[in-house]
Parts: sequence; structure tokens; C-alpha cells
Amino acid sequence: MEQFLVFVKKECLHILRDRRTLFILFGMPIVQIVIFGFALSNEVKNSTIAILDPSKDAASLQLTERFEASKYFDIQKNLNTIGDIEKSFREGKIKMAIVFPENFREDLLHTNKAQIQFISDASDPNIGTTLINYANAILGDYQNELSGQNLPYTIKTEVRMLYNPQLKAAFNFVPGVMAMVLMLVCTMMTSISIVKEKEMGTMEVLLVSPLRPILMVVSKAIPYLFLSIINISTILLLSVYVLEVPIQGSLFLLMAESTLFIITSLALGLLISAGAASQQTAMFISLVGLFMPTLVFSGFMFPIDNMPIPLQVISNVVPAKWFFYIVKSIMIKGLGFKAIWKETLILFGMTIFLLAISIKKFKIRLS
Amino acid sequence: MKAKVIEVKNLTKRFGDFTAVDHISFDVKQGEIFGFLGANGAGKTTAMRMLCGLSLPTSGEALVAGFNVFTETESIKKSIGYMSQKFSLYEDLTIKENMQFYGGIYGMTDIAIKEKTQFILHHLHLEPEQNKLVKSLPLGWKQKLSFSIAVFHNPAIVFLDEPTGGVDPITRREFWEMIYQAAQDGTTVFVTTHYMDEAEYCDRVSIMVDGKIDALDTPSALKSSNNAESMEEVFIALARKATRSAD
Repeated sequence: MEQFLVFVKKECLHILRDRRTLFILFGMPIVQIVIFGFALSNEVKNSTIAILDPSKDAASLQLTERFEASKYFDIQKNLNTIGDIEKSFREGKIKMAIVFPENFREDLLHTNKAQIQFISDASDPNIGTTLINYANAILGDYQNELSGQNLPYTIKTEVRMLYNPQLKAAFNFVPGVMAMVLMLVCTMMTSISIVKEKEMGTMEVLLVSPLRPILMVVSKAIPYLFLSIINISTILLLSVYVLEVPIQGSLFLLMAESTLFIITSLALGLLISAGAASQQTAMFISLVGLFMPTLVFSGFMFPIDNMPIPLQVISNVVPAKWFFYIVKSIMIKGLGFKAIWKETLILFGMTIFLLAISIKKFKIRLS
Repeated sequence: MKAKVIEVKNLTKRFGDFTAVDHISFDVKQGEIFGFLGANGAGKTTAMRMLCGLSLPTSGEALVAGFNVFTETESIKKSIGYMSQKFSLYEDLTIKENMQFYGGIYGMTDIAIKEKTQFILHHLHLEPEQNKLVKSLPLGWKQKLSFSIAVFHNPAIVFLDEPTGGVDPITRREFWEMIYQAAQDGTTVFVTTHYMDEAEYCDRVSIMVDGKIDALDTPSALKSSNNAESMEEVFIALARKATRSAD
């Protein structure tokens, strides 16, 4: 036990003395949350659009007013011909154009079949479709009002956005950032720390000493365990107070599951260090082999359900995917353990499996 | 008659078809400075690893500090010290912290660690530097500090694996003074080196060639039996016969 504490103390000293890395380790979650929260957003606001309205009647002007009032659109007023509009698209000055026909109001009242054209710049398909959706929504509202006056039978849709009524993107990426930060800190840093001993030559001395190898490995992981808990707390604090994403479910359950995932990541770090010969290799494997797939397959940036089946299967192997699901369930949906016990069990199983292989690999190397 | 601290009989290590260490036998007496020489690939490192309890022999017998290398490796580890080529110091820890660390690893009490730390700091005149990071020390000092730490817990035997790489002859001489002192105090020193002039400083020297011990005697006896003026000549004469070239 004494030996263990001595070793943990040494590891803490190593980490604390490496100022640059420390800065990254503590600063990273903060930076990520701030960037994701404020700078990056899936919402598209204040897009410049043009409206071509040859009829300029009461109906088209009313609609135009609606578009103008929307926070999503900024109307570029000086475009009056198709030629102007085409030119503006090419120059990238506008993202969408709304084209009314001549005699819009007459068509609307007498034939009940007025047409409007939405032309959107789809060179970024996401923005293109998003703008069309916004425009359709505004048009839809207008239509509902109109038909409310004329037709006897209407279907009114009532929409409820469960768990995230304001459709804040933050609800999705806070769990994602948690998974990413933990992977980085636990997996990469632990593996680098272990491999460093090999590179520096101190590993030999440690092996000859009475210190059991397993204690050495555990004591390297412990400081990162604490660091990660601090990081998680920082992320949660920022998300609740700065991004206004509340924690709906039990905080205790959230921390418990996070601790489980931390151990999974540490076990992964262990496995990498058993195989890597140099710090660079360890870092490389962590980043490319784990971090990147985690980013893609955890479901945080790209929905897994949209992926082809083989990739969906692969995503089941990525621990972060399960953690992401668990965190979202607790934090956003406020669910309890009963809802996530299966996923927890899977994560737990993965952890045991990883620990078992790592220990085996270590034993082989040492002999 | 001094006690034997290392007794080796027909120690062998095979990796598949390859016999790295081939039935070597020798004894080392307490307080002796024993030079373990051999060309690259001769099997020195493998042999040393077996004696340090790091690797299990394939066959043979060996007792290190009275403990069996097959069954009592933990006890062996507690009784020996080790200094590696890379000096085994943590550069980003202070001198004092390094000593506290190794003392703790070897299970020394806090008081014992404190006393020994003060003693070594005083002995090496490093008291003013005690809270400086090891990386600020010049190479020669690191080497001396590394040796002091290797014998920090007063082991019966200290294994030095090419401890004098990269230092100038004067520093090497000073280092050997420390080794002599340790030997006089009763610590047995088992050292491997490529510097043949250092081989002269040893009480006895063994030269390994292709996994076997080709010669084992005092430096002067080896020189006369090989008609050589220096250990370097002895080494070249014997190592030339080797067929293996790398470890």
C-alpha cells in the first residue's frame, strides 16, 4: 500500500510539472464547450436571401413581410431580375431566392393553386435544406391562417419537441464533448505515461524493484481518474450554468456512469501502452485508432441510424456510443437506471474484457 | 572465506530454437566487484535479467542473495539494486523526490529515507541542489546520484548495466571510487561494461561469447594467460571467436 501511494505521488508530480499538457488537459473541455456552444451551431440564422416579386399584390406582400420578420432571413432588397439573382448566387451573396409568379393573389383566390418557387444554394446541402425547411415552415403558417378562413375541414398539427423544446444543439453535443474529453484524457494520456517509462529507461528499474507491475499501472491511471472527474464536473457546470442545458436525471447516476466510462477509457489506454513502443506511437494509435472512430461512431456528430447497416454494427463496438446514449438518457431525458441498465452492462462487460486483455499482454511482455 | 552471494550452475535460457545463454556457471563472493563482459549479442543482458528476477531461466540453477531465481524472484528484487544505462532517474522530479520515491518503493521507513537522503546529499555535496530538478544536473552528477539511489536501500548486490556511458574519464574514475567504497562496505557489485579499462578495476572478470562463459578470472590472470598487455587485448582475442553479433 505504501509503495502504491509513493508511486501515485510520483505520477501526480509528473503531471503537475508538465505545465503545457496540464493546461491542455484542464482547458480543453472548457474550450470545447465554449466553441460548440457559441461559435458553432447547426442553426442557420440571418441568411441573406432575395425575393423576386413581379406581382406585388396584397398576398405576396404579406408573405414577403413574414419572411422579412423571420430571424432566419435577411432580405437583400436590390435584386429585381432573374439575372441579378443568378449573379448573386454565383457570387455567393445570397443563399436562397423566393420567386413569386405574376398574379399571385389572383391564382390563390380563384384557382386555389398558387405556386411559389424556392431556389436554394445547395453547395452546402445542410444549409440548403435547412433554409428550405424554414421557408416552408413560414409558408405553412401562412397557409394555415388562410385555410382557417375558407375551408371547413382542416387538420391542425400540434408539435411538441420532447426533452429539448428549444431545439438547442447543446443538448446533443454536451454528452458528445464529455465522451471525447474522457477518451482523450484517459486513453491517450495514460498510454503515453506508461510508454514514457519504457522510453526513458526507468521502466527497467521499476521492473527490478519489488513494486508489482499491476500496482504501477493502476497508480498511473489514478491521477487521470481524478483529473477526469474534475473535467466532467467542469463540463457539467458549464453546461448547466453557461449553456443552460439542465441535468434532468440523477446527478449521482450520471457521475457513476461517467466513472464507469472513465475506467473503460483507462483500460483502453492500458491496452495501447502494452502494444506501443514509443510515446508517438501511443499518441498516434489513440488519436487515429480511437478518437476518430469515436467521433464518427458515437452518434454525436452523425446519427448512427442514418448509417449503412455494416457501419451501424461497427458502432456497437465503440464504447463511446453506449456512453453517449447513457448520458443523453440521464441528462436530457431524465431517465433512471432501469432505462439504461442494458447499456451499462455492455459498457461494464467491455471494461472487464479490455482490462483482462491488457493485463494478459502486460504479463507476456514482462516475461 | 567470504560467502557466495551469487551462485550459478548451468543456467540456460532458450527462446524457441535460439539458446541465448548456454549453461553458464560461476560464483560471486560477497564484497566482490565482478565484471560481466561480452560482445553485443553474447547473452550478457539475458543472463543479467535472469539474475535480477526479470526473466525465468529455461533450466539450470541460480541463487541470488540466497534466493532461488525460479521461485523467489520477489525476495531477490528486494535484495538487489539496479542502475540502468539511462541512469534511471526521473528528470522532472527533484533530487530529493527521486530519493524519496525509490526509498518508498523499496519499503524503507520515512525516517530511514530521511536519514539516508541527508547522508547522500552531504556525501555528494548536493545539499544546495536538493530541490532542483534532476534535469538541471550535469551528466556526471546524474551518474553518481543514480548509483547512490541504486544502493539507497542497502542491497546485498547492486547490478550496474553499462553505467558509465557518455561520461569523461575523470568522471568515470570518480564513479569507480564510489563503486570501490560500496564494495568495501560489503555491497557486491555486478557490473557490465564495454570500457576495457574499467575491466581492470574489477576483482574478477568473466567474458561471455556466444552464450557461454569463455573466460573467468582476475584481470591479471587473464592477461598473462592470453599473453596480453591489457584487458582490451584479452577481450579482442576471445570475442573474435564469436559467431553472434547482436542481442
